[in-house]
Amino acid sequence: MGVKRHLLSTADLLLDDALLVLDTADRMARVADAPVRKLPTLRGRTVVNLFFEDSTRTRTSFEVAAKRLSADVINFSARGSSVSKGESLKDTAQTLEAMGADAVVCRHSASGAPHRLASWVRGSVVNAGDGTHEHPTQALLDAFTIRRRLGRVDGLAVTIVGDVLHSRVARSNIWLLTTLGAQVTVVAPPTLLPLGIDGWPVGVSYDLDAVLPKSDVVMMLRVQRERMSAAFFPSEREYSRRYGLDADRAALMPEHALVMHPGPMVRGMEIASSVADSPRSTVVDQVANGVSVRMAVLYLLLGGGTDRETT
Amino acid sequence: MTSVIVLRGVSPLGGDPRDLVIAGGRIAAVTPPGGGEHTSVVAEAADGAAGGTRRGPLIVDGAGLIALPGFVDLHTHLREPGREDAETVESGTRAAALGGYTAVFAMANTDPVADTAGVVEQVWRLGQDAGHCEVRPVGAVTKGLAGSQLAELGAMATSAAAVRMFSDDGHCVSDALLMRRALEYVKAFDGVVAQHAEEPRLTAGAQMNEGAMAACLGLPGWPAVAEEAIIARDALLAGHVDSRLHVCHVSTAGSVEIIRWAKAKGWRVTAEVTPHHLLLTEDLVASYDPVYKVNPPLRTKADTEALRAGLADGTIDCVATDHAPHAPEDKETEWAAARPGMLGLETALSVVIETMVTTGHLDWAGVADRLAAAPARIGGVADTVLDVAQFAQVGTPATLTLLDTQAQRVIDPAAFASRSTNTPYRGRTLPGVIRATFLRGRPTVLDGKIV
Ligand SMILES: [Zn+2]
Repeated sequence: MGVKRHLLSTADLLLDDALLVLDTADRMARVADAPVRKLPTLRGRTVVNLFFEDSTRTRTSFEVAAKRLSADVINFSARGSSVSKGESLKDTAQTLEAMGADAVVCRHSASGAPHRLASWVRGSVVNAGDGTHEHPTQALLDAFTIRRRLGRVDGLAVTIVGDVLHSRVARSNIWLLTTLGAQVTVVAPPTLLPLGIDGWPVGVSYDLDAVLPKSDVVMMLRVQRERMSAAFFPSEREYSRRYGLDADRAALMPEHALVMHPGPMVRGMEIASSVADSPRSTVVDQVANGVSVRMAVLYLLLGGGTDRETT
Repeated sequence: MTSVIVLRGVSPLGGDPRDLVIAGGRIAAVTPPGGGEHTSVVAEAADGAAGGTRRGPLIVDGAGLIALPGFVDLHTHLREPGREDAETVESGTRAAALGGYTAVFAMANTDPVADTAGVVEQVWRLGQDAGHCEVRPVGAVTKGLAGSQLAELGAMATSAAAVRMFSDDGHCVSDALLMRRALEYVKAFDGVVAQHAEEPRLTAGAQMNEGAMAACLGLPGWPAVAEEAIIARDALLAGHVDSRLHVCHVSTAGSVEIIRWAKAKGWRVTAEVTPHHLLLTEDLVASYDPVYKVNPPLRTKADTEALRAGLADGTIDCVATDHAPHAPEDKETEWAAARPGMLGLETALSVVIETMVTTGHLDWAGVADRLAAAPARIGGVADTVLDVAQFAQVGTPATLTLLDTQAQRVIDPAAFASRSTNTPYRGRTLPGVIRATFLRGRPTVLDGKIV
């Protein structure tokens, strides 16, 4: 993040920036294991959690991260501001300015909302998930989890399965993991892949069974049931049969391969419980690692970093 | 009030300089510049115009300026009645005159909708009162733009507003049977149906051009096929019932091909392109700044090139602005919440120069046709220049604009006459400045300012 003031996307994150976050997260993870789990680094700084969409898990993760760095945390409830009342985003930005927020962690249902916010506030903006665009800290914690479990990301074959079209997690992971040297393959029914994906640096397959034996990491995306009614696929059963990860399919994966899921999972749909709870699943690690990675991000954005731009 | 005006040294259609004498709303004389003989013509004309009361003519120094017929915009959103905070007939027509326009077609998506004789007459009268240019109301095709029942098209046609163009713009008349009936019905009064071609099911929730850029930005795509499928269908319908179809804001290379095919069939299909679709491309959306949000969306470079070529060869008949003023709260938002649309009237000519003249696609006669004569023919504007060859001939209407093609300007929305500021060209340097505009012999703009 060396020269950046905001974390809006992983698409423009350079390799060195990404590695700096992951290395810093390693140090932050050690804090979590120490007897006093707090650093004084951000004392007197204010971090605002601005969540226009409900996400207790992401909000809590950022809150814990900020508090471990001794920042003051304000949870700014922005629920009820619908897309039809979009002007409230600018009003909110002005309020945050008045409050002197040093960092704003923003979750919004509209793609690009954190970009807009960043043009209206002086503090740093962290994208905590925007529409179907990006979720950079999720990708960073996924990369961090892979690195901790398999020792590296470079050279690994990562397979992302499911609703890529509507997934901000998929987008952020594709850019970040590619930057970190992984070979990413996406697997989904063609209806759930964006038109224009042929320009992305990923392999594309419609056949999960063919890809699993060559995968070091399999990342399952949540599939929302309402996609069915919009004709993206005929039925849950058919989706599950073709693209769900059950025990038989998981057996096709190499011994060392990981199963990841950003949560919340739809058990029985895209992933079977026996797979989600198996030793190769990283679901629990991902939650714990989320705090370390978000500590690293806040630390680097708010002045803990050594190569921060001074202007 | 009519008076005598002498335009000294202007270049009609970019040709040799001439002095144009205007009297009685028409071109009274055309002489070589500085020629003494027109003094007597001026005197005679002044006698005629002022009923014997001698008054000095208005002399306009037009040296170095190009004279073109006054522009006609087939696609303007004046927002009145209903959103007078964004634009009014008064402010919108000031913007038009300053942009070189002498007639604008006011779209029907007002509040209330222009779907009755009463509303179109109201808008027409507001235009008359403002006096900055002719205002020709467009009537809605369906009641309330709801797409289910025909509006009283005949009543609007026979009203004082004499509506000839009908459109549900903002919405597509997507029902094929209703579209067929509308096309048939307007034949009774030589009307034309202007279609906003957008297949609604293919564009539900759409935010930008579908493709690699939309995929990266996580914005739902507006596929080219949603426009092209409707144009193809409507061209077939227009051919089938032998009626007039006009295609609004063509935005894709595929649409140009379909229109070329329809014209080759001999069907009565015309089309317009906006300045922004000629110049701007989808990569601007990466900023998530809704000033670039427009419907149909900005497309790719290949599309802009096909549109320029189509406008040059006449497949696309004319430029229309789709001038769409919006209040700040409708644009200073996250992308999805913002309303689509851009200002166009005060920058259209500059964008046409940049994309069509500088690039060699059109000469000044071509510009005159695409901005003035062709749209006047399509919209049925009376008493104006319908054929570029007739422009600046003695006896023809003195409806014209004078432009300085050497001047450049940095676009500053604060200087606009429009009530809104949602221009995508803010800060850009563009060529061409309008110095004066005349509507049937009456100046509406002089020295670049509203008269
Ligand atoms: Zn339209």
